[in-house]
Amino acid sequence: MVIGLAHYLTLAAILFTIGVAGIILNHKNIIVILMSVELILLAVNINLAAFSTHAGDLTGQVFALFVLTVAAAESAIGLAILVAYYRNRGSIAVEDINALKG
Amino acid sequence: MQADAIFFWLFSGALIVSALVVILARNPVHSVLFLILAFVNAAGLFLLMGAEFLGMILIVVYVGAVAVLFLFVVMMLDVDFAEMKQGFVRYLPIGGLIALVVAAELVFAIGYEWTRSPAAAAAAAPSGTLSNTAALGRVLYTQYFYFFQAAGMILLTAMVGAIVLTLRHKKGVRRQRVADQVARSPASAIELRKVPSRAGL
Amino acid sequence: MVYQTIVFAPLVGFLIAGLFGPLIGARACELVTTGLLAVSAALGWIVFFSIAGGHEEIAPVEVTNWLTSGKLAVGWSLRIDTLTAVMLVVVGSVSFLVHVYSIGYMAEDPGRPRFFAFLSMFTFAMLMLVTADNLVQLFFGWEGVGLASYLLIGFWYQRPSANAAAIKAFIVNRVGDFGFALGIFLIFRLTGSIGFEPIFAAAPGLVGKTIPIFGADVDALTLTCLLLFMGAMGKSAQFLLHTWLPDAMEGPTPVSALIHAATMVTAGVFMVARLSPLFDLAPTALAFVAIVGATTAFFAATVGLVQNDIKRVIAYSTCSQLGYMFVGLGVGGYSLGIFHLFTHAFFKALLFLGAGSVIQAMHHEQDMRAMGGLRKEIPFTFWMMAIGTLALTGVGVPFTSLGFAGYVSKDAIIEAAYASHGAASGYAFFCVVAAAGLTSFYSWRLMFMTFFGKRGGWAAQPGAAAHGHDQPHGHGEAHPAHESPMVMLAPLAALALGATLAGVAFRPWFIGAGFGDFWKQALFIGRDNTILEEMESVPWLVSLSPTLMMAGGFLVALYMYVVNRAAPKALADAVPGLYRFLLNKWWFDELYDFLFVRPAFRLGRLLWKGGDGFLIDGFGPDGISARVLDAARGAVRLQTGYVYHYAFAMLIGVALFATYYLFWGIR
Repeated sequence: MVIGLAHYLTLAAILFTIGVAGIILNHKNIIVILMSVELILLAVNINLAAFSTHAGDLTGQVFALFVLTVAAAESAIGLAILVAYYRNRGSIAVEDINALKG
Repeated sequence: MQADAIFFWLFSGALIVSALVVILARNPVHSVLFLILAFVNAAGLFLLMGAEFLGMILIVVYVGAVAVLFLFVVMMLDVDFAEMKQGFVRYLPIGGLIALVVAAELVFAIGYEWTRSPAAAAAAAPSGTLSNTAALGRVLYTQYFYFFQAAGMILLTAMVGAIVLTLRHKKGVRRQRVADQVARSPASAIELRKVPSRAGL
Repeated sequence: MVYQTIVFAPLVGFLIAGLFGPLIGARACELVTTGLLAVSAALGWIVFFSIAGGHEEIAPVEVTNWLTSGKLAVGWSLRIDTLTAVMLVVVGSVSFLVHVYSIGYMAEDPGRPRFFAFLSMFTFAMLMLVTADNLVQLFFGWEGVGLASYLLIGFWYQRPSANAAAIKAFIVNRVGDFGFALGIFLIFRLTGSIGFEPIFAAAPGLVGKTIPIFGADVDALTLTCLLLFMGAMGKSAQFLLHTWLPDAMEGPTPVSALIHAATMVTAGVFMVARLSPLFDLAPTALAFVAIVGATTAFFAATVGLVQNDIKRVIAYSTCSQLGYMFVGLGVGGYSLGIFHLFTHAFFKALLFLGAGSVIQAMHHEQDMRAMGGLRKEIPFTFWMMAIGTLALTGVGVPFTSLGFAGYVSKDAIIEAAYASHGAASGYAFFCVVAAAGLTSFYSWRLMFMTFFGKRGGWAAQPGAAAHGHDQPHGHGEAHPAHESPMVMLAPLAALALGATLAGVAFRPWFIGAGFGDFWKQALFIGRDNTILEEMESVPWLVSLSPTLMMAGGFLVALYMYVVNRAAPKALADAVPGLYRFLLNKWWFDELYDFLFVRPAFRLGRLLWKGGDGFLIDGFGPDGISARVLDAARGAVRLQTGYVYHYAFAMLIGVALFATYYLFWGIR
């Protein structure tokens, strides 16, 4: 069969869904949440690249590059925050992180 | 089936399975490792698509930097993950519902005929003879130059931010003070003593 | 100019004492107000004699135009006719004498500037009332005296009983004023004016006219007069609206003498006489007036029989005598009522001021059961009060017009009640004759208990053991009573003179042969109103009956309080129910409390808690603020502080957005 655009898009959709489910199911586990975010971003990248190759427009790939950049930066910062938090609290149990409670 | 179809199914299947393991695994180290596997498979998919620069960059940045960072942190933090799995079932119905809704909508959206809007910007078409990398470079440093610079700024900010968040000066750790070292003069460093013979200091 | 001076001099006194009292000191206030009152009183007497002797009518003296609104034109003019002149004399003289008396009576009171200011303000309002040329001006004076009464009854405002009495007086008056106001509105509707001249001119044309009220056709004049009389009932403490008068004794005694004996309570009588052109054309209303007056006369006299507070006895006596005046008016003898008003002012003020002298001598003890034997200790006061009692009970030579003031005026009313052909005259005659006997009894009872016997010898009186809280205070017994200072005794002497001679001296003018020349057009006498002539030809027994009743009352009182001192208690023990019924004023206060006061309080509390608190505040500010709090509390539950909750919310938001755009958004 010819692998067309729809296949890639479906794949990206499934990956996106898995990422979202990962966030919801693992809400207590910060590291897994961050990893799920990476999965979501990966799905977005696949989408962008698929459209780019299908439409013959490099803009999609440029966009995917930037998404990659931002994803890297964001995971770096996120993990740094986690480390700093762990150093101060001694655990990363999220039940205690409700200082924003109104 | 053709070769690319076989590889497509292979890569995508592995990708999906890895993703599932990432979110369902009990041990976070396993999650990270399977994340790495997912990235690798995704890189393969990119290669199939013809976006080889992106695929390679995926390996270099995502696997080589981000996933390794994850691994560092997971190893460093001594956390009891067993109790973190609690609450799993409580959110299952609503979480599942939301996820299914999102998935359904995405699939629904895919079913349409996709055409390029006439109002879209002029296609940055890859020139036939150039490689993907070269074509990307040609577009990136000209048309999207400002975005490129902005991306650089973002990375700079992230770097500074990460350092600021995690750097700490421990007491009792000796450090080099380069300025002092360079500023040493013979007058403060060396002392000439006349030593009487057979006496020592 | 003279007339304006008479009316405005007290106002000037009020302003000076009221505004500058603390500045100029109490003595100056006393002198200024009393001096201005002297001027006003003297000029009043001059006006009186000049009008009595003169022949022409004096046109109303315009002061200013008050207000004009559409058809309603209210001016301010002083109407000076005989009726006004009589009232000027009464008000001016008694007010002046009370001012003088108060200099002595209130000598130790720190609030003297305020007191004299209020007295002068009252006098001004009363003069406004009697010189009014239209109903609104009269109502202004009416309300003004009501206000002054409130301020003076509650003069010693630190006493809660005084405050309560002041409020009671004001509110009961207000009930009457409500009827009065309705009457004024009705007159304006019927005649298009509220000035006396236009009303009197239009009155004959209104006879037989009916107006629809709540679906039924009611005779207009009768209804108007009944409504106006309702105001008089309130102001003059007639039966049903009388409850405030005894409580008004909480005020200082000079106040009781001035306001609740001689002037304010007689405003109702004056008003009916002034509106005689209206009342004389409404025989039903006149009959009602007579019935109410007669009932009051009898009722108040019965209650006065058993009261133990000296001022209360005199207060009920006032109430009863006011009833007499209304009987006189009700049988068509307007001049009879006014004549009795004139004489009553003298002897009732005398009795009140004398009682004040007694109270002063007894160091502010008012319960008669603690008194006794004061005849030897304060003889001048005793003789003055004796004159007053003789005047009140109506001592005189039968079949002649010689006697003390009350004899002349009261007996005239009794004869007129007999002679009248009105619907209520039989009932009225019976009541006033019976009341005459009762009046004599309680007046002499007061004299015997206060001035005869031994001090404190009445402790065995009925009610002394039963009601512990009524016990007289002990301090009167230790100190000997001494006579009051001259400044208090001189007014007594002046009033005694009037009480003795006023009847004989002025009878020809008021109700005798010189009637027409004296009154001229001030009182309206209808064509069918021949009461004054018929009065002369009553049977001799009728003429003798008041004297018989007076003698009978005197003898019974003499027996019970001088000869056989145990008789009162024995009598009270024989009929305890009746005794308590009379002592508690026919249970009127309790009845009104049950019927009106408690429901009013309940309604007020309901509207306050339920209406204002629950409804208005609840749906208004309090309710809205509570809802804001509720909304905030609900919103707070969204702010859990857990980041994954926020992330989850974002996720749901994204899903919703996508759904929206997919199905309803960009196509």
